[in-house]
Amino acid sequence: MRRFLSKAFVCALLLGLLPAALAQTDAPPTDDAGYRLLETLDVDSYRAKGEAITAILQSDDERAREWLQALLDGRLQRTDDGRFVVVLNNTGRDWPVEDALSGEPLGELSRRELDRIGINNALRNQLRSAIAVVDLYSPNVERRRSSADRLLGEVDDELFETLTPVIEEAEDDYVRRRLAQAVAIHQAENGEMEGVEALAGSLHPRARVALNRATHADDPAVADAARAALASVEQNLKINRGVETLYFGLSLGSVLVLAAIGLAITFGVMGVINMAHGELMMLGAYTTWMMQQLLPGQPGLALLLSIPAGFVVAALAGIAIERSVIQFLKGRPLETLLATFGISLILQQLVRTVISPLNRTVVTPEWMSGSLIINDALSLTLNRLYVMGFALFVFAALMLVMRRTRLGLEVRAVTQNRAMARSMGIRATRVDILTFALGSGVAGLAGVALSQLTNVGPNLGQNYIIDSFMVVVFGGVGNLWGTLVAGLSLGVINQVLEPWAGAVLAKIIVLVFIILFIQKRPRGLFPQKGRAAEG
Amino acid sequence: MTSSHSTRFWLLRPFGERTTQLFLGVLLAALALVTVLHVALPQGHALHVNAYTVNLFGKYLSYALLAVAVDLVWGYLGILSLGHGAFFALGGYAMGMYLMRQIGDRGTYGHPVLPDFMVFLNWESLPWYWQGFDMAWFAFAMVLLAPGLLALVFGFLAFRSRVTGVYLSIITQALTFALMLAFFRNEMGFGGNNGLTDFREILGFNLRSSDTRLGLFLASGVALALGYLLCRAIVTSKLGRVCVATRDAEARTRFLGYRVERFQLFVFVVSAMLAGVAGALYVPQVGIINPSEFSPLFSIEIVLWVALGGRATLYGAVIGAILVNYAKTVFTGVMPDAWLFALGGLFVLVTVLLPKGVAGLFAHLRRRHVTQPQEASA
Repeated sequence: MRRFLSKAFVCALLLGLLPAALAQTDAPPTDDAGYRLLETLDVDSYRAKGEAITAILQSDDERAREWLQALLDGRLQRTDDGRFVVVLNNTGRDWPVEDALSGEPLGELSRRELDRIGINNALRNQLRSAIAVVDLYSPNVERRRSSADRLLGEVDDELFETLTPVIEEAEDDYVRRRLAQAVAIHQAENGEMEGVEALAGSLHPRARVALNRATHADDPAVADAARAALASVEQNLKINRGVETLYFGLSLGSVLVLAAIGLAITFGVMGVINMAHGELMMLGAYTTWMMQQLLPGQPGLALLLSIPAGFVVAALAGIAIERSVIQFLKGRPLETLLATFGISLILQQLVRTVISPLNRTVVTPEWMSGSLIINDALSLTLNRLYVMGFALFVFAALMLVMRRTRLGLEVRAVTQNRAMARSMGIRATRVDILTFALGSGVAGLAGVALSQLTNVGPNLGQNYIIDSFMVVVFGGVGNLWGTLVAGLSLGVINQVLEPWAGAVLAKIIVLVFIILFIQKRPRGLFPQKGRAAEG
Repeated sequence: MTSSHSTRFWLLRPFGERTTQLFLGVLLAALALVTVLHVALPQGHALHVNAYTVNLFGKYLSYALLAVAVDLVWGYLGILSLGHGAFFALGGYAMGMYLMRQIGDRGTYGHPVLPDFMVFLNWESLPWYWQGFDMAWFAFAMVLLAPGLLALVFGFLAFRSRVTGVYLSIITQALTFALMLAFFRNEMGFGGNNGLTDFREILGFNLRSSDTRLGLFLASGVALALGYLLCRAIVTSKLGRVCVATRDAEARTRFLGYRVERFQLFVFVVSAMLAGVAGALYVPQVGIINPSEFSPLFSIEIVLWVALGGRATLYGAVIGAILVNYAKTVFTGVMPDAWLFALGGLFVLVTVLLPKGVAGLFAHLRRRHVTQPQEASA
């Protein structure tokens, strides 16, 4: 009540001042065609406003879109002296405004001097469609497409009339398909056969809503057709969801492969349990972050450079660990496990103390963000796609090193029979160092890739270490192919279980599954055969 | 072992050994000393041991019992379990459930049967696995049975398929990790993230009184003494010798005709039960049990205590547990950031420089002490 009184008081005050204000400024350009259009908006009746909007839309005025957008946002206002202005920023006490007709800035005005042109929800919907239609003629392709997207489910009788000729005129294929879909949705909702038939293969959620509504249509033939169309859409959606689950599973799996493949070298080939493996990944991730700090504004270049840098940093750390600790614990795997665990604690705390206990965000470069849109129900995020490709690349490179290079040959020789290899002139100690550096470097690469998917923090490594060991053991120690298969299949299993078991329970089930699997086949999916198995 | 020993009751046999006599003597003396200093001296006295310290010592003693349990399987059977924290926590949860039921209607929500967190989750009635925990005897039996049963099933599967060495370590770690994730879930009915807490009394004694705390401290000491005796009796028996043989050459022992997996299973289950008892003593003294006790970090920390103290000595495990935890108390109080550096450094130093632990260092010093006079006389 008090607020109302004070408002009334202010109004009375303003009315008193009005003649004085009018006397000060120029009269509004009442002869402008735009001014006359806008003036029809400043009426009390919402219906009259609606007609005014249609008039503006049909006026072909270049400023129409801006006006309608401003009106929609509540930024189209009228000053006390009758000018129409667009408020640029309505957050502070005084608002900067520009003239709606000429676009000239008019400085700041107090909100008391302005009178907003009000709209209601019906008008809001009308405005949105109107803007979308205006955008359909925009010279910008992106704008045309997104406005066509926005029209889905927004078409009413009036718009239907407007759009039907536009569909024929549209140059862009995408726009044409979208508009046809939008029109079909409208028709289906009205219970028209034509619309239902057009929507039969559509996966868009609005199309499903329309088909659902069409199942209650008066015409039984239309209702039946809608039901059939809906069933086929559901079937189609199920397939798409399956593909999506598979995609997420493979993505998770490729992360697991990346994390485990370095371990497969140090644990599987050398027999060294490196509990600090996760922290080497963490170092790779922090290298990426550091690179982006060094090259601000160029996240893509920094990321590409971090691939070699992450490898080198982690490999050097690996060499340091091998020389300082692991070489003294040869043949004592359990002690190695404990010592490297100690190292992992030290590395974690080091990062916490030197950098920060908080997570760091690594920027995803533009060419890696966004997603690959397959259809309305399925889009694949690009960063996961890149990580998948990267995992396969690392795997292939590692295979090549192990199978085709001198180092790979020496590593396999030392693994199979150390004494024999040494007597053949292979420097076993050097091979040890290089193998460990290779495995650690690959961990660094995994870290670089992970920085694109998760937060980079001191606990990054811990989250993956148990999973990585599981992958190596599940796949069969000493077998790189086994690691690949195990990683990918565990990722997919996890994602398949997730919808009905929840993320945590899915993880528990997978762990229990592996524990039981190890009982059945203690040497994993692909056990080593022959003498190497006894190692 | 002479024939005169074998006529005695098996648990009393270790009394014949000097190490056992020494260990029990020191332990009993320490218990007595703390009790006297706590009870007899007035509060302001310089040597008075306050209730907080008694509680802290009690916690160390329960950790020591846990370390003895780990040493039994690692030191004498060669099984490095990275999941003993799970058995400890299960024993702790069994005790915690009993203590929760003892709260009765004195909880925040005043429900006569349901613990607070169940009322909070809008549960209608007690889940079946919470039945019976209002009775002390049942709860105490579960302290032994829950970890024992888990160890039996897990060990049966693992040892039957000859999963040993590093593989066993990794899957025990996965086991405790899986349990941690499970206990974090509210739906499990164990209080989720917050665990069980707000305990009031045990067997009718108020948990906040210093007398109860002294009692729990003494109970932990007695449990440690009994646990030590039990382990000693096991490792000095014929069964213990088979265990050591398994540790040193599993295949050879098997070829000699021993069913290795049965020995492993028996000792593994005993060790798990001891860990459960340790957990049950730990929970009323710290007043809370939550899923963090299942964390792989804790389990691996226990192994460090044993490694620092010295494997396959049992008393070394006790020394290690008390040393590391004392250091932890001091460090986390003075400079919390440095604790992980110190812990990590300990892992590296002990494994590289001190493979036989503190106990090995003692033995080394004693040998030098004994040999020096001989050299002088020669």
